[in-house]
Amino acid sequence: MKKLNTYRGGPDEAGHFGIYGGRFVAETLMPLILEVEAAWDAARADTAFWDEFHYLMKHYVGRPSPLYFAKRLTEHFGGAKLYFKRDELNHTGAHKINNTIGQILLARRMGKTRIIAETGAGQHGVATATVCALFGLPCVVYMGETDIERQAPNVFRMKLLGAEVRAVTSGTGTLKDAMNEALRDWVANVDDTFYIIGTVAGPHPYPAMVRDFQCIIGNEVREQIQEAEGEGRMPDSLVACIGGGSNAMGLFHPFLDDEDIRIIGVEAGGHGIETGKHCASLTGGKPGVLHGNRTYLLQTDDGQILDGHSISAGLDYPGIGPEHSWLFDNGRVEYVSVTDREALDAFQLCTKTEGIIPALEPSHALAHVGKILGELPSDHIMVMNMCGRGDKDVFAVAKMLGVEVSQ
Amino acid sequence: MSRIASRIAGRFEALKEQGRGGLITFVTAGDPDLETSRDILMGLADAGADLIELGMPFSDPMADGPAIQAASLRALKSGMTLKKTLALVAEFRQQDKDTPVVLMGYYNPIYIHGSDAFITDAKAAGVDGLIIVDLPPEEMHELEGAAHAAGIDIIFLTAPTSDDARLPVIVERASGFVYYVSITGVTGTGSADIGDIHSAVERIRRHTDLPIGVGFGIKTPEQAAEISSVANAAVVGSALVDIIAANLDAGGKAKPGLVEKLLGLVADLAAGVRGAGKKVT
Ligand SMILES: Cc1ncc(COP(=O)(O)O)c(C=O)c1O
Repeated sequence: MKKLNTYRGGPDEAGHFGIYGGRFVAETLMPLILEVEAAWDAARADTAFWDEFHYLMKHYVGRPSPLYFAKRLTEHFGGAKLYFKRDELNHTGAHKINNTIGQILLARRMGKTRIIAETGAGQHGVATATVCALFGLPCVVYMGETDIERQAPNVFRMKLLGAEVRAVTSGTGTLKDAMNEALRDWVANVDDTFYIIGTVAGPHPYPAMVRDFQCIIGNEVREQIQEAEGEGRMPDSLVACIGGGSNAMGLFHPFLDDEDIRIIGVEAGGHGIETGKHCASLTGGKPGVLHGNRTYLLQTDDGQILDGHSISAGLDYPGIGPEHSWLFDNGRVEYVSVTDREALDAFQLCTKTEGIIPALEPSHALAHVGKILGELPSDHIMVMNMCGRGDKDVFAVAKMLGVEVSQ
Repeated sequence: MSRIASRIAGRFEALKEQGRGGLITFVTAGDPDLETSRDILMGLADAGADLIELGMPFSDPMADGPAIQAASLRALKSGMTLKKTLALVAEFRQQDKDTPVVLMGYYNPIYIHGSDAFITDAKAAGVDGLIIVDLPPEEMHELEGAAHAAGIDIIFLTAPTSDDARLPVIVERASGFVYYVSITGVTGTGSADIGDIHSAVERIRRHTDLPIGVGFGIKTPEQAAEISSVANAAVVGSALVDIIAANLDAGGKAKPGLVEKLLGLVADLAAGVRGAGKKVT
C-alpha cells in the first residue's frame, strides 16, 4: 500500500473516498442532494455558522466533554493508561447531538421546515427530536418495529419531545429499513424536508458533513490530553465502537495524519463472525452500494443486503461509513470485532469498577480495550470514546442477565 | 456517434408510424415465483405490451412503495436471483425476437455480479435497455461504457424535480427513451395531474428528441390512454403487481387465474392506448 501525504483530504468533489462514497440516489433526490452540498459548502466556510454551532455545543450540549483518566480500570487491566472521552455526559446522553445540532443549523439556513430522521437505538432519534424541539420544527423519526420494542424508553422520550415515531415494518424492521423509509419520505417531500442522517453514511455530502461535526470530539482530545499529560503529548492509541462509524470518525479523523498513533475501530461481532450472526461490515462483509454510497456491506452472493445481528441496536447496521471502508483498505485504521457476550461483560465491569454505566455500543470498544491494554507498556496512553451512557440499555441488559425489572 | 438502431428505437419508430403511444408494463422477475412469472412474461406481448420492463428483485428498493417492495421480497423469497432473471430473459428471447426488454432495478446486485460481466450476460440474454434507479448521471459511468459498446440502451429517470438546469445533464447521456417519473414520491403512491404531466413532457422535449415514457401512478386504461396521448408511452407497474398480491393463497402461492387476470388488465390497458387516437409527435 502506498503511503499517502494525508489521510484527511477526502472526499473528492464527487464525494468519493477512493472507490467508496458517491451519490447513489434516485434522480428525484439528486437536485436536493446537490442543494444540500452547495448549502453545506457555504455554511462550512462561514464563521458565523461555526460560532453558533460552538455556542450551542458549549451552552446546550455541555461541551467540552471531559477527558477522564479511568484509574480503576487502568489498574484492573494492568498496563497502559486508559482515558475515556466522556461524550456520554453530553445532553441527551451520546455523541449524536453533536451532529444533529450541526445539521439542524444547516436545515434552518436552507429554509427547510420539516425534519426527518432514522434511528436504531433511538439515540439519534432522541438527539434529532431534541434539536427539533429547540428549533420549533416538526419531526418524524423512522424506527424499525424490532428496535421500538428493544428501546422503549427512547421511544417515549422522542414522543415527549414532540416527535412522531413511525414504526417501520418493511424488511426486518431494523435500522436499514428505517433508513429506506426515511429516504422514501424524503423523495416524497423534497420541497420542505431536511433529512438528518445519524451517522457518517448516506450520499455525499453526508459522510463528510457528519464527520466534520463529530470531529469536535477528536479536536478536544488533542487539547485535553496535553493538559493532562504535558504539552506536545499525544495519545498512543485510540479506540471507538462502530455502527455507522460517526463517533469513531469524530475521534479518529483529527489524528489520522499522526502516523505513530495506532487507531482501532471495534465492530459488533454479535454471536461471532463465524456464525454469520453479526454486524461487522468490514471484517465480515464486502463492498457494495446501499443508501447512497459504496461501502462494505453485509450481503449475499447475489447482492441482497443481509440483516445484521447485535446485542446493541445502535450497532445493528449492515453497512458502515464509506470513509471507514477506505481507511480499512489502505490500512491506516485497524478494525476488529467483539461479541455480544464480551460487550456485556465489559458493560458490567465498567459499571462496577468506574461507576459509569456505559451504553452497549461503547461497551464493545471497552471489551477490545480489555483485550490489549494489559500487554501495552505503562507509558502508553490510550483514549477510548465513551460515546453514550447506558440508561437506555438497562432494561435490555436486565433481560439478558435474566433479571426481572418492571418497566 | 452512429449506433445500430436498437430494438427500443425500432419499437418507438413503429409506434410513431401507427400514430399512437405505447404501453410499457412492469412486473418483477420471479414474482410470486419463477413459473408464474415466466407465464406472465410470455403472455405480455400478446396481451398488448409494447415494451416490457422487468424488475430485478432487490432487498432494499428505496425508491419503491409498498406494492413493489412486497413484489421484490416475494421474488427473493421464492429463490430469485440476478442470474435467474437473466436466464428468464434469455428464455423469453427464444420465443420473442421483437419486443424490447428493459431491466429495471438497483445497482448493488449488478455490482456484485460484476458490472462488465453483467453487461455481457445481459446482452447475451437479449436485454435491450437498463433503468438503474440508484445510478444517476453522476454515477452512471459505472455501466455506461460497457453498455454502449454492447448496444444496450441506458434509460435515465427524470422527475418533477429535474429543472431546466438538470435536464440537459440527464438527457445528453440517455438513449432508448427518457423515463419521466410523474410524481415526487415512490412507486404506487399517487397519480399526477394530466395537465402537469403534459407540461413536464413538453419541457423535456425541449431538451431531447428521444421518446418519452411516463410512469408512476398510472393504474387504469383511461389514465394510460390519457398519458399515451401526451407522451410516447405509459408505464404501468404497481397496478399489475397489485393483481399478483391479490391472487395469492395463504401460503403465498399463485391462485389459479392469476396470470389470466393480470394479462386481462394488460389487454385493457393496451386497448386504452390503442384507442387514444390522438397523434403523438
Ligand atoms: C451510544 C452510541 N454509540 C454508537 C452508536 C453507533 O453509531 P456510530 O457508529 O455512528 O457512532 C450509536 C447509535 O445509535 C449510539 O447510540
